[in-house]
Amino acid sequence: MRRVATTGRSPHRARRNLALAVLTLLLTTSAVLTSSGAATAAAAAQCVTDASTACVGGTIRTAAGEPAVGVKLTVDGPGGSVEAETGADGRWSAAVTTAGDYTVTLDEDTLPEGEQLRDPAGNPRTVVVRLGSSAGALFPLGGGAAGGSGATPDPGASAAPGTNAPSTGASGGVTAQRVLQQGVSGLVFGLLLALASVGLSLIYGTTGLSNFAHGEQVTLGALLAYFGVQVLGQPLIVAGLLAVAVGAASGWAQDAGIWHKLRQRRLGPTQQMIVTIGLSMVLQYAFQYFVGGGPLRIVRENPVPVRIGPLLLNQQSIFSALIALVAIAAVGYFLLGTRTGRATRAVSDNPALAAASGISVERIVRIVWTLGAGLAALGGVLLGLYFNATAWNMGGAILLLMFAAVTLGGLGTAFGALVGSIVIGLVVELSTLVIPSDMRYAGALVILILVLLVRPQGILGRAERIG
Amino acid sequence: MDWTRILTNVAGEIIAPTTAAYALAAIGLNVHFGMTGLLNFGQAGFMLIGAYGFAIASMAGWPVWASVLVAMACAVVFALILGIPTLKLRGDYLSIVTIAAAEIVRLVGRSTSLTWLTGGNAGLAGDSFKGSFQELSPLPDGNFGIGPWEYSNNLSNSWWVRIVGWALVALACLTIWLWMRSPWGRVLKGIREDEDAVRSLGKNVYSYKMQALILGGTFGAVAGIIYALPRAVQPDSMGRPMTFYVWTILLLGGAATVFGPVLGSILLWTTLMLIKTVLRDVVPTTVMRSEQIEMLGWVLVGLTLMLLVIFRPQGILGDRKELAIDVR
Amino acid sequence: MSAETPAPTVPTVPAASRKAQVARDLADVPHAPGAPKPDAILVAEDVTRTFGGMTAVDVDHVEVQRGAITALIGPNGAGKTTLFNLLTGFDRPNTGTWSFEGRSLGRVPAGKVARAGMVRTFQLTKALSRMTVIENMRLGATHQPGENLLTALVPPLWRSREAEITAQAEELLARFKLLEKKDDFAGSLSGGQRKLLEMARALMTKPTMVMLDEPMAGVNPALTQSLLGHIQALRDEGTTVLFVEHDMHMVRHISDWVVVMAEGRIVAEGPPETVMQNQAVVDAYLGAHHDTDLGDDSLLTDDVAEQLEAEALVEKEQR
Repeated sequence: MRRVATTGRSPHRARRNLALAVLTLLLTTSAVLTSSGAATAAAAAQCVTDASTACVGGTIRTAAGEPAVGVKLTVDGPGGSVEAETGADGRWSAAVTTAGDYTVTLDEDTLPEGEQLRDPAGNPRTVVVRLGSSAGALFPLGGGAAGGSGATPDPGASAAPGTNAPSTGASGGVTAQRVLQQGVSGLVFGLLLALASVGLSLIYGTTGLSNFAHGEQVTLGALLAYFGVQVLGQPLIVAGLLAVAVGAASGWAQDAGIWHKLRQRRLGPTQQMIVTIGLSMVLQYAFQYFVGGGPLRIVRENPVPVRIGPLLLNQQSIFSALIALVAIAAVGYFLLGTRTGRATRAVSDNPALAAASGISVERIVRIVWTLGAGLAALGGVLLGLYFNATAWNMGGAILLLMFAAVTLGGLGTAFGALVGSIVIGLVVELSTLVIPSDMRYAGALVILILVLLVRPQGILGRAERIG
Repeated sequence: MDWTRILTNVAGEIIAPTTAAYALAAIGLNVHFGMTGLLNFGQAGFMLIGAYGFAIASMAGWPVWASVLVAMACAVVFALILGIPTLKLRGDYLSIVTIAAAEIVRLVGRSTSLTWLTGGNAGLAGDSFKGSFQELSPLPDGNFGIGPWEYSNNLSNSWWVRIVGWALVALACLTIWLWMRSPWGRVLKGIREDEDAVRSLGKNVYSYKMQALILGGTFGAVAGIIYALPRAVQPDSMGRPMTFYVWTILLLGGAATVFGPVLGSILLWTTLMLIKTVLRDVVPTTVMRSEQIEMLGWVLVGLTLMLLVIFRPQGILGDRKELAIDVR
Repeated sequence: MSAETPAPTVPTVPAASRKAQVARDLADVPHAPGAPKPDAILVAEDVTRTFGGMTAVDVDHVEVQRGAITALIGPNGAGKTTLFNLLTGFDRPNTGTWSFEGRSLGRVPAGKVARAGMVRTFQLTKALSRMTVIENMRLGATHQPGENLLTALVPPLWRSREAEITAQAEELLARFKLLEKKDDFAGSLSGGQRKLLEMARALMTKPTMVMLDEPMAGVNPALTQSLLGHIQALRDEGTTVLFVEHDMHMVRHISDWVVVMAEGRIVAEGPPETVMQNQAVVDAYLGAHHDTDLGDDSLLTDDVAEQLEAEALVEKEQR
């Protein structure tokens, strides 16, 4: 592990400053978020939606308006089959992790004595499910007009085409069309993942720190965009730029307030890593404290579908991919074409040598943190749009994919992070062709472990780096 | 403020099965990290796989002892799968692989396609697997109360689970004490300090690291059983945060000490309960809803972890000279 | 030997005769790189190791005489430590085979190499700082049944062996003048004492051959004499010694045979009295810039920077 040379300081002062800095940073983060607390969405009682989960649910009441307990339902669709049963309050919910059309079947034998469906033709019925939101399926009971009230579906859950995870229907065989569709989805996802991962990789490269709180930088970006659009009422572009700016500033502040000071204290890389774990817990639960556990839609409009040949895409993901490409190209130019960028690579390569040749390592590290956090925020905004909703744990949920991407590409190499991310994006989306789609993240992580077996230094890493 | 109720709640945490389960898991992590210096960030994976192994075997009608053996065997296999690719590599690779593998166990366990086996994301209800364990209890049916503690003798969150859980913790502490003072523990300590030095003395470092990984993981699997017995096997409640709580417990009590994990677990859960119940009494729900108090509790745990590592990495019982966290 | 050198204990053969006998054995060996020895304990063939594009080690053939003190010298970056790492299993060669006491050790892991009787120390001492001196020593011992996971739980099964080990350790510590420090943390010792401890710990394994990587580096002059005495005592007890060293005075003082490396190759061999006059050796040392003052910024030309980078890389690899 490399350690960056720092100047010594009185340990007591450094300790007090550090404690202050940690607190200040937390307070600032909270302050930014408090204002968005108004828009809190409450968590669903049973199934909780998040970036990769959707809920199908409803409430079944008897004709007399009493909860119907113990009614069994089956939800069938591209993500497999889920069973649900109504609880004491008559509510039921089922979690699915693939978007698409689902068939909800009510087992009429399980209805309470003497009850029947008001509209037997409505069983089974089809609902459109989008990740990160709830879909309602109503089964009113009883004869005529009386009583039966179903759960009101989430306003965003109305039937709409063009979710990113392809809604091309039930899981048929592996067709060329599906491979293509999933491949393109994977590519888009990989590019967005790369935005989030580059910072992780650069920070590891320059300081040797595995930052487990990087996912929260991604979440921060998405939540800020949500705040800008839904609370401040700004257009998406303005809110997105704001999110990136605040995200970058938070990276700057985090390095100045915490990590710079910890390096000064000569805290070992392992200790620093555990500190990032603590920070990640603090930030995640702070996010949840202010925005609640439910999904948050950055934009309420449904994406506009675009058909290109056999592919079904939407405008949002096309624009997102383009923005990601431009941002990544800019990072590439920065690293290869500018003086500071070359210095960054030099520090990544060998901090001691870089310092000896007159590069200010601490300045470079500060720039890397700012840049990395800004990119993570941008990635967060775009991923929030890609998933159709964000949530307090969106970054945490993809953190391991980011680590997988960075490790695959070769720890500490920025271009490796890009290659690794695209590989992970493709694996995640293409693996749904052969394994159940709610296992697709697991598939990517298995690939990570397998690659470590064969080529521990990653795809682009140099063999020399392995000790 | 109703102090009697608050103190009853807090006292309940001291002997709660969850506290015992976390103490056991932290003892396992102590074998990994405190004794050997292995960065295992997947202890929750060992716990979950142990809980699954026990519950599924019990549901298949196996006796308790066989189900426990299944849980332990699952942990051994899991440790081998993790260790073979990573124990020859640099320490941070193990951390990434363990955290990823724990996540894989959770994602696969909660997958709807495995609902027939693992119950999908709803998990396995406690009643479906704890029958055979409860039947083993020598205690008469009914309730028993002593001081602030009153529980059912045998059902669910019972005295029986508490007795077994804490007996296991005591047994674990005893064996760890023996191991730490043995030549085997000395080799592990050497590996923690500098594995090349130990290698140069002719020891098979890889084999020792694997033994430590398996042993600590087995403790984790048993902890998972104790954790699941009073409730259910719920994959989403045994994810990454659980691993991080175990780490906080270990570092709070003191890594590389015998009683650190036990002290850490009791301290963490009682303090958390104290803060939460007091806040619930004091803060009106218009200012902070009860789930927000829950969140605040976890924010404080995270903060504790950060401050501990920065200012007191040896924890409460540790000796700073003997252990500062510094793994290559 | 000067007066303040502590007398090594109980040599099996009178010291002078042992040295003389080794000198006689090596008298007929040609002064050429890769020269065959009459009784070679270690024979290496065709060993190469490259880092990226740089060849760190490229040794055609080398033999080490049993029972002799062989010095391995050469300028910085000559590949001495890399060769050490390869021979002791701490690094994997690109090509090459070698045998130790007739047993092939190419690509054998480090632990096994040590168990075969070839034990090394490190350039940057690896005293286990947060263990006591005596625990460091005990760790070196072999055949301790308590090092088994299950036996460890039953102290009666390993206590008697532990007592033997402790006695052996205390005897060695007394010889190395570390006995009064036995309950201190190894981290509290001075640099020179750590070197002594590392050497003593290596001897706990009862090796047939010890490989010392810069045993004198960072040791204060008062201790060097005693270190030299210990190394000679090893030879006099029949242990083979191979060591890397920079200080030519030390090399001349104690070694029976010198192997010179430069740029990864072996460029010369011979007895210490004559090898330094060899033209290849003079070239190797004058051609290198290992004593250049790097504090002078004007010297940081691309060449030097590249060289530094390569060295840094090698060092990183070696850690």
